[in-house]
Amino acid sequence: MFGDFLYLLRQSGLKVSMTEWMALMEGIQKNLHGATFHGFYTLCRAVLVKSETDFDKFDRCFLNYFKDVPFEQEISNDLLEWLDRPDFGPPIYDEDQAMLNSGLSPDEIEKMLNERLQEQKEEHNGGKYWVGTHGMSVFGNSGKSPNGIRVGGESMNRSAFRVAGERKYRDFRGDNTLDTRQFEVALRHLRQFSGLVDLPETEFDVNRTIKDTCDAAGTLKIRYKRPRQNTVKVLLLMDSGGSMDYYAQMCSALFQAVGKTRHFKDLQVYYFHNCVYGTLYRTPVMDGESMVPTHRVLSNLPSDYKVIFVGDAQMAPHELMTQFSYRDDTDTPARRSGMEWVRHIHERYPHAIWLNPSPRPSWGDYWTRTYDTISDLVPMFPLTVDGLEEGMKKLLVK
Amino acid sequence: MTNEFKGSGDYVASAELMSAVNIAMVLQKPLLIKGEPGTGKTVLAEAIAKAMGKNLTIWNIKSTTKAQDGLYVYDVVQRLYDSQFGGGGVDDIAKYVRLGKLGEAFTADVQGILLIDEIDKADLEFPNDLLWELDRMQFHIPETGETVAAKHRPVVIITSNAEKELPDAFLRRCVFHYIDFPDRALMAEIVAVHFPDLDARLLEQVLEAFYRIRKLPQIKKKPSTSEIIDWIQALVHGGFDPEKIVKEVPHVGVLLKKNEDIEALRRNWR
Repeated sequence: MFGDFLYLLRQSGLKVSMTEWMALMEGIQKNLHGATFHGFYTLCRAVLVKSETDFDKFDRCFLNYFKDVPFEQEISNDLLEWLDRPDFGPPIYDEDQAMLNSGLSPDEIEKMLNERLQEQKEEHNGGKYWVGTHGMSVFGNSGKSPNGIRVGGESMNRSAFRVAGERKYRDFRGDNTLDTRQFEVALRHLRQFSGLVDLPETEFDVNRTIKDTCDAAGTLKIRYKRPRQNTVKVLLLMDSGGSMDYYAQMCSALFQAVGKTRHFKDLQVYYFHNCVYGTLYRTPVMDGESMVPTHRVLSNLPSDYKVIFVGDAQMAPHELMTQFSYRDDTDTPARRSGMEWVRHIHERYPHAIWLNPSPRPSWGDYWTRTYDTISDLVPMFPLTVDGLEEGMKKLLVK
Repeated sequence: MTNEFKGSGDYVASAELMSAVNIAMVLQKPLLIKGEPGTGKTVLAEAIAKAMGKNLTIWNIKSTTKAQDGLYVYDVVQRLYDSQFGGGGVDDIAKYVRLGKLGEAFTADVQGILLIDEIDKADLEFPNDLLWELDRMQFHIPETGETVAAKHRPVVIITSNAEKELPDAFLRRCVFHYIDFPDRALMAEIVAVHFPDLDARLLEQVLEAFYRIRKLPQIKKKPSTSEIIDWIQALVHGGFDPEKIVKEVPHVGVLLKKNEDIEALRRNWR
């Protein structure tokens, strides 16, 4: 029937399968849409879409595919007769009116239409105010207006459009920046792939032992199984202060999500400013009391830790390239530049990613320089649901 | 059609939710319900059961729940015990096989409703392990060689808090509905169901304060439907002057459960 719609959905990244498509057909056959357009929209969404993050994508596709479905709502028979004028000569185009029309919202158009339906008493064609054909008004048919409601034609209710047109699920889109809950969901990916397959069978298996013992008529048969526990250990290094203040709320959301995620075997959090140097800090205030030499942190944590940097990676180039520090770290054996520190950490911890709340600056190359340098050193991902998920996957690849 | 869900006396469902429920029932597919905590996901199943006069079987999922638990449990320990101390019938394995919630729903004599609550709490593999059982509505017990098949296909309702992503293969078999947080009008209806003779002024003020609190970006754990119900209960009990509710937000501890949030409210409330 509208098989193209399936392919349009699949093209825009919705994983609709044949199972779901057949279910939709079955639903239509059983008249679950109640022969209304809105019912059809609800049925499609319930059967085809499986996550609220995809609602927006679906709404857009639906709007796109069914946008030419005509409007009809208590239109009088007189009006429909007036509108049945395919012979009225070439349509009239008026550029000024086109500009005017394109500024109107669907709500305004619908309101205007309702007013016209009240006051219109005769046929009008080729005009720009009344409901008619071949004209520039925002309703009627065969006209040249860039937008509007088509009146006349097959019977369908446009109200489904209203729902789809609102795009009220925009907030749930996967490429949006996140809140805590979405962060947590994304962080759980770090468990999903934690490799339990290679572990030896070390855990005592009570059920199988008893079962096999019973089967062997009481002769004890000891059975072992593979342990199921998460082995992921995380070292979180967060940029704090300065240009990061803009993203404070987002970073605090990430921090909370990481804190709530109790499935890591170990979680270490340290703060830095701009870039990692010889000193890390235990608190975001970064005062003298919370100072820890970076090399001590590194030597305490074995290299199977997974490192997540969070920062905007934007600083003056000398802050990254030269041997620079906000504090004099006399404790450090050899002074390094920020860049060397990042490289050093990545060498020690092969699983490292950089999450960036800020998009790559598009203006000037002053700020982009450090951004690009760091993203060359460490794989960089945007701090969004998709970015975080991709980053988590990157962390788990061997 | 008698088998149609139209909401019930004490549960206010949006039109979309009702049609999702009906779609799921007609297509005989599980209905997967997601939504913010406190939007009435779990209560929905109870409401459907009540409205349609069906039995409700609830299977509460915990982090340790395995798919097997819902089908049947083979009590090996009891059998070992019996074998050691000479209880009768050790040879009869069927004696040690007890049906789980899913098995109970399958073997019921009339069609019932099965609620699988908070499926995302369980292990990641959990939903996959149930694919066949939910599809075919039957399972096999190898210990006894018996096959348990549903006499009447139960209506399956599954809730999830999105703590874990569910596998695609599982999602493909479900009808999905996301319960939006109710808007003011719907919330007023919901409140009316719980407090039929609530003072209109009080309700107005409560809703005003409630939605303003929810809009504050500094609040981490946003109050939900169950909290507003509790709050109104507290306000009615305390006999507060409705005019002062928006200004003072009394009994804020009922609405906000975190210290940080209460402080954030104090700082940002105007």
